[in-house]
Amino acid sequence: MSEPILEIENLETYYGKIHALRSISFTVNKGEIVTLLGANGAGKSTTLRTISGLTRASGGTVRFLGEDITRKAAHDIVKMGLIHVPEGRKIFKGMTILENLELGSFTLTDEDERARRLQHVFEIFPVLRERRHRDSAFLSGGEQQMLAIGRSMMTNPRLLLLDEPSMGLAPFLVQEIMRIIVKLNREGVTILLVEQNAKVALKLANCGYVLETGRIVIQGDAETLRRDESIIKAYLGE
Amino acid sequence: MSFQDILLQQLANGLILGSFYALVALGYTMVYGIIKLLNFAHGDLYMLGAFIGFVVLSFLSAFLGDSWTGILCSMVLSMIAVGLLGVLIQRVAYQPMLSAPRLSILITALAVSMILANLVMALTDGEYLAFSTDLGYDGLELGNVFITYTQMVLVGAAAVLMIALYLFVHKTMYGKAMRAIAIDQDACRLMGINVNRIIALTFFIGTSLAASAGIMAGTYYGSIHFFMGFVVGLKAFTSAVIGGIGSIPGAMLGGLLLGLLESYGTQIPFIGTEWKDVFSFGILILLLVFKPTGILGKTEIERM
Ligand SMILES: Nc1ncnc2c1ncn2[C@@H]1O[C@H](COP(=O)(O)OP(=O)(O)O)[C@@H](O)[C@H]1O
Ligand SMILES: [Mg+2]
Repeated sequence: MSEPILEIENLETYYGKIHALRSISFTVNKGEIVTLLGANGAGKSTTLRTISGLTRASGGTVRFLGEDITRKAAHDIVKMGLIHVPEGRKIFKGMTILENLELGSFTLTDEDERARRLQHVFEIFPVLRERRHRDSAFLSGGEQQMLAIGRSMMTNPRLLLLDEPSMGLAPFLVQEIMRIIVKLNREGVTILLVEQNAKVALKLANCGYVLETGRIVIQGDAETLRRDESIIKAYLGE
Repeated sequence: MSFQDILLQQLANGLILGSFYALVALGYTMVYGIIKLLNFAHGDLYMLGAFIGFVVLSFLSAFLGDSWTGILCSMVLSMIAVGLLGVLIQRVAYQPMLSAPRLSILITALAVSMILANLVMALTDGEYLAFSTDLGYDGLELGNVFITYTQMVLVGAAAVLMIALYLFVHKTMYGKAMRAIAIDQDACRLMGINVNRIIALTFFIGTSLAASAGIMAGTYYGSIHFFMGFVVGLKAFTSAVIGGIGSIPGAMLGGLLLGLLESYGTQIPFIGTEWKDVFSFGILILLLVFKPTGILGKTEIERM
């Protein structure tokens, strides 16, 4: 039943002399929601950037669907169905919402498929449909996050890497985003969710890993991590 | 000539000058938009476009005569050749400099500019070459104003190229990707966009537009020279700044505006043609002081 989709082995990443990831290993199984927790600067974003190919690993391997993608270019990894929604959303401000979504489907060549995916995204986020011809720069933080997630769904992803989707959002919007993540997961998308907000993330995840200064210091199923308040206190500073 | 006649005649002159400036300014602005480089070699690619067009035209005239067909063929071939050269220059000279300090790539661009200009100077002994076309001087007479068919065709061709560019950039996925990499390259990579390929495409389109303007200028003025790209390069840069550097509609607008300003400017009493360049660069300086973002631009040019 638990068939791996993403396998990380002894991953090492440097920024110049800064050793950001120190031999990280973990596995994400098909259909799961896995969360990566840790305080600011722990290396969560770097882990995602290394998986998606934005940052080069200096050691270790990343396997996706059984294939070694450690040295693959970021734009080729996308074509395999591994989609990264980066920290800070990185939407194309100055372009319309519709154009942002279309760019999410850049790798699609089938126009019908593009139209179908667009309808699907608009069903999940009706607010994006209403404003599709508006400049995305004028969206609120929550709407920008919806656009970033919507854009990632334009190619039918198998694995989504989400980097702090709740960042800077009001509590009711955090709930809304989490509800959508669960919905996507039910549709068959595997999710690797990076969060600082451990309580929220552990509520929907199957299992979690806690990072500290580039190392995995704790791992376990979400239930156990949630009960162990001392973990959250010690490593997440809450 | 009455006042209205002068207005109309200068409108025609200004539009044609402005079309050349706009076509060259587009490449300037597109390249600046994606890699924040002021490509000083851009004017020389315009010049090279005229020379390659000249060579092709000399070959073709044996078969086609010096007609519009010949000019069109040489324009297409020259645009492709110069476009590919633009891509090559980007790969060989600019790509390795992208991670170096900003001044290095600017100096590299100056070097490329000198290499191209001096290469053509050596090959032509610095002579003017006659861009021989027998298009004649037929035209439309509107009272005292006379506009040649050549002028009309050239303005029309420039308009077609600019409309095509506008449609490409707004209606196709590659065009949208081109605008997107000017905003955020990492985000583009996460969309599955091969950023290097889009940069190459941008150089191709930008430099081939400059080449098209080079041929048009050759056809219009009747002669070409290795130094012809220098002043036009500066004028195109001025146009791009007027419109707001990085903005494609801005470059079109800025080019046309500068062309019109120059041709009307020379009609002001005591400001003759010889003051044309002083006039344009005066505008550039005023603009850099009072509105450095230009008419449609958002990003300021970094002080170097
Ligand atoms: N582009 C970068 N250049 C240099 N150091 C970086 C860069 N990005 C992150 N770092 C460093 O790497 C470490 C991990 O950062 P990051 O992965 O962003 O942490 P997190 O996402 O958990 O907050 C931090 O010490 C951070 O300062
Ligand atoms: Mg982070």
